[in-house]
Amino acid sequence: MTNVLVCIKRVPDSSSDVVLTDDAQAVDGRYAGFTVSPHENCAVELAVQVAGATGGEATVVTLGTEEAGEQLRGVLALGCTAATHVVADAPAYGPADVARELAAVVRDHEAAGRAHDLILLGNDAADSGDFQVGIRLAYELARPVVTGVKTVEMEGDTVVARGEGPTGQDTYRLPVPAVVTVLEGGVEPRYPTVSGRMKAKKIEIEQRQPAAAPAGPQRVKLFLPPAVPSQVSVLGQGPEAAGAVVDLFAELGVTR
Amino acid sequence: MIIVLVELDEESLEVSREALTFARTLSAAGGGVPIDAVVVGEVTPEDVADLGRYAVREVHQVGGEAFSAYSAAAWAAAVLEVQRAKGSVVVMAGGTNRGTEVLAHVAARAGVGMAANVVAFNGLAPFTVNRQVMGGAVLEEMQLDGRPAVFTVAGHAVEAVPAEAPTTPVVVPVAPTVAEADLVARVVATEERPQGEGGNLKTAKVVVGAGRGAGGPDGFGAVVELADLLGGSLGVSRVVTSLGWRPHHEQVGQTGTRISPDLYIPCGISGAIQHWAGCASSKVILAINTDDEAPMVTKATYAVIGDMHEIVPAINEALKQG
Ligand SMILES: Cc1cc2nc3c(=O)[nH]c(=O)nc-3n(C[C@H](O)[C@H](O)[C@H](O)COP(=O)(O)OP(=O)(O)OC[C@H]3O[C@@H](n4cnc5c(N)ncnc54)[C@H](O)[C@@H]3O)c2cc1C
Ligand SMILES: Nc1ncnc2c1ncn2[C@@H]1O[C@H](COP(=O)(O)O)[C@@H](O)[C@H]1O
Repeated sequence: MTNVLVCIKRVPDSSSDVVLTDDAQAVDGRYAGFTVSPHENCAVELAVQVAGATGGEATVVTLGTEEAGEQLRGVLALGCTAATHVVADAPAYGPADVARELAAVVRDHEAAGRAHDLILLGNDAADSGDFQVGIRLAYELARPVVTGVKTVEMEGDTVVARGEGPTGQDTYRLPVPAVVTVLEGGVEPRYPTVSGRMKAKKIEIEQRQPAAAPAGPQRVKLFLPPAVPSQVSVLGQGPEAAGAVVDLFAELGVTR
Repeated sequence: MIIVLVELDEESLEVSREALTFARTLSAAGGGVPIDAVVVGEVTPEDVADLGRYAVREVHQVGGEAFSAYSAAAWAAAVLEVQRAKGSVVVMAGGTNRGTEVLAHVAARAGVGMAANVVAFNGLAPFTVNRQVMGGAVLEEMQLDGRPAVFTVAGHAVEAVPAEAPTTPVVVPVAPTVAEADLVARVVATEERPQGEGGNLKTAKVVVGAGRGAGGPDGFGAVVELADLLGGSLGVSRVVTSLGWRPHHEQVGQTGTRISPDLYIPCGISGAIQHWAGCASSKVILAINTDDEAPMVTKATYAVIGDMHEIVPAINEALKQG
């Protein structure tokens, strides 16, 4: 039986134009809406699969404002059976702060008899992109950590994780308790079902306050890169442009 | 002294050279601080000569049984051993998967912050850098107060340029003692990637892209043929992989592969910011799209406006005749 904890973050959707808050400390998601990184969606899928295959429990956790409850509900509808919400303003927390808060949740749950054998995170958050919360969490808890894997399976108490290394697919085998961060691409995240949504509504989300004041993210400010004026040169319309394209290939020296 | 973790494998070498190029800016700001490389594993005389072209003073060559298979924690222990022995104030790496992973371990172990995907260095006191967030749609100015200052340089954000005054680096073997705990999460097997498959999207000189405009799983014949005719690779958008039209290892973007070809030919791809994050370093972009106002078209170098299903086959025919 492997109990899994999966960590997700509510982030502004950047699919359309990005707007910054007045204090330039965060991206204002009020216009574009909010989402969760595809990496974390895959981590959720793996958490539900591992818990299902081993008869364990999958718990989801986030540190975020009251509104992040929406993202937790979304994950509960996919098959996680418990949720913890550290209510705090995520942009005021640096990666070390987040890792410390997540570690506090893990320790408190363990003290209450709910150990999380395997902790899954995204490889990097879609907004702040610090690439380090999972690793810092592992050091907080003195657990081994593997990052950037695409598949995770349990063989008894051994985590088998696979990901792309510089020369090919790398396999890791490590004992639980362990921390693993996930990249998109190894599994197909499931969609919520109606009954999943109904079940999710009935689950009470554990809300808690942060364990300590954050040291902060060392952010001076956010800013938008200057817009580059379009300099596109249109070679033509439709298939008649093929000749011009082949001439361009020759000019660039890419034809064989 | 500045320490740069250098990866010599084919996929990472260029990004390591970019990081070494970036390090020279810092070195100059500090009045000519020396740049040392840390390399794990074999180093050939050609590698040393290459590092010399990037003005490396010493190459700390990490070896020993503990390094026969990759473990990020062990690599971090080695980097920190060199850092402590030399009292260096900056530890950096190229923003590859491993470079980023090892440096995050270094930062956690040293109890300092880390900046991932840095694109510019702003000044020494305070030590501030700009880095990419939101997949590059936004930049963050960040202060690195701790020492060593730890950061990775975003791949292909700066060009690798050899130094004006090359050096003859001294190779210093290092065999750090590594704790058992640092070897628990270690690669136990690697299935080598066959040549000429998916993996070379990162290093391909020509990439032909296809997005939702392909229309369905059967809509890729012509783009695959074009890629073959040009000796290039196929890259796709996330819509294409999410719909299951093509495998995820072909995805270009924030949560896919970052490419930097000489020529990128995105067909039926709108150019959403998360896709752009993966292709912005292409030298030349030729967009093929029905919409002349699609972001991919306005940001491209060249464009052909129209239906990819008519245009790409016509290009293929012209290539075969020419
Ligand atoms: C956190 C996050 C991470 C993401 N990561 C990635 C990523 O790594 N990679 C990625 O690609 N996306 C990523 N996305 C998704 C991204 O936001 C876009 O949804 C996606 O890139 C759009 O794919 P597309 O251009 O194929 O489709 P669309 O945006 O639908 O564009 C289709 C384009 O094709 C054109 N077209 C249609 N028919 C034809 C035709 N017959 N001939 C020529 N042109 C035609 C249209 O004019 C349009 O421009 C991410 C999103 C989020 C929130
Ligand atoms: N506020 C948060 N709440 C829960 N998990 C988080 C939070 N921030 C980051 N994480 C997790 O840590 C991963 C890496 O984040 P980062 O190091 O910030 O790029 C993310 O993909 C999440 O899984």
